[in-house]
Amino acid sequence: MRAPRTRRLYLVLVCLACLGGATALALAGFSSSLTYFLSPRQVAAKAPPLGQTFRLGGIVQEGTVKTQLSGQTPTTLFAVTDGRAAVPVRFSGVLPDLFREGQGVVAIGAMGPGGVFVADEVLAKHGADYMPRDVEQALKESGKWDPRFGPPPAADSWGGEKAKGAGT
Amino acid sequence: MKESVLPARRPARPGGWFHYLANPGRFQKLARPALPWLAAASLGFTVAGLAWGYWFAPADWQQGDAARIMYAHVPAAWVAMAGYAALALCSFVSLVWRHPLADIAAEEIGPVGAGFTGICLVSGALWGRPMWGAYWVWDARLTSVLILFFLYLGHITLIRAFDNKAHAYRAAAILALAGAVNLPVIVFSVQWWNTLHQGNSVSLAGSRIYPTMLYPLLVSALGFYLTFVTLVVARMSAAIAERKTAALLRAAAERAP
Repeated sequence: MRAPRTRRLYLVLVCLACLGGATALALAGFSSSLTYFLSPRQVAAKAPPLGQTFRLGGIVQEGTVKTQLSGQTPTTLFAVTDGRAAVPVRFSGVLPDLFREGQGVVAIGAMGPGGVFVADEVLAKHGADYMPRDVEQALKESGKWDPRFGPPPAADSWGGEKAKGAGT
Repeated sequence: MKESVLPARRPARPGGWFHYLANPGRFQKLARPALPWLAAASLGFTVAGLAWGYWFAPADWQQGDAARIMYAHVPAAWVAMAGYAALALCSFVSLVWRHPLADIAAEEIGPVGAGFTGICLVSGALWGRPMWGAYWVWDARLTSVLILFFLYLGHITLIRAFDNKAHAYRAAAILALAGAVNLPVIVFSVQWWNTLHQGNSVSLAGSRIYPTMLYPLLVSALGFYLTFVTLVVARMSAAIAERKTAALLRAAAERAP
């Protein structure tokens, strides 16, 4: 017979392992519904039925943003892309400050006629990179970072830009 | 630490230190003189980090001045999660070794951790409105942090809900340990699922924040961690003193004719 505290130790560890395993299985099972948005590729492969509300996420494709003013509210047409597929989007209303070409967005709405996603709400998604504006400029000018091809290089490789850019 | 405040008998086995330091009386002797220093360091680092971030650090290339909310939001989120990890550890020690100090710590970590989680949620909402266009969205990161807040609230309620303290400690410890599965979910939610919340800027792999913005963030984080430790130690110290007072009053009442 083991000491009571050793038995409790094993009991707690076994319970924790079971609980962890059960949670992992549950999360893996629900993973599709835990995803906050669908990508254009997923929509292109299997679009949700007309009128069913879902969230579409991706990058605002360069050169596709057109704004028309009808009365008081602006209507914006743009395409959301993930690099492999693009979905045209129509939105009436005021866009968040971060909305611009090449910026991540999540649009909430439904597919309308003609394969256009009609958004009721557009949310801007931003990356995890934080830097001063002059460093951003220096990185782009030196060719170390092109926003079209993903996030900037790791911060510890920016040494040279500090002297040139942020040294002010 | 002066030798005179510690009893002469020292533990022989390595594991003995664990039991040696878990004594409430010895905790008081260490905590009381340390508290003013802890409080001063907490205040100093928090004020320095926040002032550095809000006035001296550069504005962000993408989000401008709105990104300055991170100097409060990110440290609060780190402390909320580390606090829950500490709560789960105390609960584990309480369940397996029945250490009285672990029970006291678990009882006092709850409200402090809930407070930091609240700061994280409120500052995140204030940041989300101008940048994302919404105070709140039900994505995996935000939802898992809200669950963390409710776990704290549940623990606070449960550990105070029993007349028999031993039952309260055991029930609350089981809740805290079961809730610990939420911690990896919070950390990895932004990698496992598409979320509106950004990915992790600081991880074991490195930082994606420029040094002039990272250093104030780290100073602020140190300040928040120290504040958490100070508040928990102060609450534990007060709780131990309260118990001792109650025991002395009971003893005096029994002695009285």
